[in-house]
Amino acid sequence: MAFLTDRKRASGLGSAHKGTQHFWSMTVSSVGLLVLVPLFVFTFGPMLGKPYEEVIAMFSRPFPAVIAGLTIAVGMMHFKNGVQVAIEDYTSGLTRKILIIAMICLSYALAAIGLFSIARIAL
Amino acid sequence: MADVNRGNRPLSPHLQVYRPQLTSITSILTRITGIALLAGAVLVVWWFLAAASGPEYFAFADGVITSWIGDLVMFGSVWALWYHTLAGVRHLVWDTGRGFDLTTATQMAWGVIIGSVALAIFTVVVI
Repeated sequence: MAFLTDRKRASGLGSAHKGTQHFWSMTVSSVGLLVLVPLFVFTFGPMLGKPYEEVIAMFSRPFPAVIAGLTIAVGMMHFKNGVQVAIEDYTSGLTRKILIIAMICLSYALAAIGLFSIARIAL
Repeated sequence: MADVNRGNRPLSPHLQVYRPQLTSITSILTRITGIALLAGAVLVVWWFLAAASGPEYFAFADGVITSWIGDLVMFGSVWALWYHTLAGVRHLVWDTGRGFDLTTATQMAWGVIIGSVALAIFTVVVI
């Protein structure tokens, strides 16, 4: 046992057998967002209320476009996993299933729309 | 199994049966801000979609987001974003097994509250 790490020993336990992986994916996306969020806030924020041409010029540059795309994609995956735990904590049965499926669909839809829009602006 | 008490079992600690404390309030706010940020995310994605669609639609979306109600939602979102970020750092610290004693937990709770308000005001001033 001494050769196994704590995480390896927890992996696969629990009723769904996926809790450890879920926890790890939240940890990874939260650390990623810790870097992305400040960069996004201070590149996207100043563009609110700016003229159309200036906004297009800004997000045609590689850095702001990649930061915006990554923040939306990683953020929505973090939301998808996080909101699932909240739904599981407060609801049960059919309501739980409907809410989880709806939130997964919404998360992927928002990520796809965001990435499509940024790609269309940048390219 | 027939004599099992099914109606009068003790409840697990929950919001309704727990005296509110700084640590529990800051904890539930982490979840509330995380879920509320969906509104900000929808607005931001819509703004990008509008920018990708052309100048007329962008002017409409940008006008909505920079209206007084849009400003209110965006300010709420930026505070929620910083709150959730700082509270997330607190969770990353806890995940390493550190900071569980009451003094440290309370200090981190105040750090999250004061830090998020300060960062939100700083963001609005800078932007």
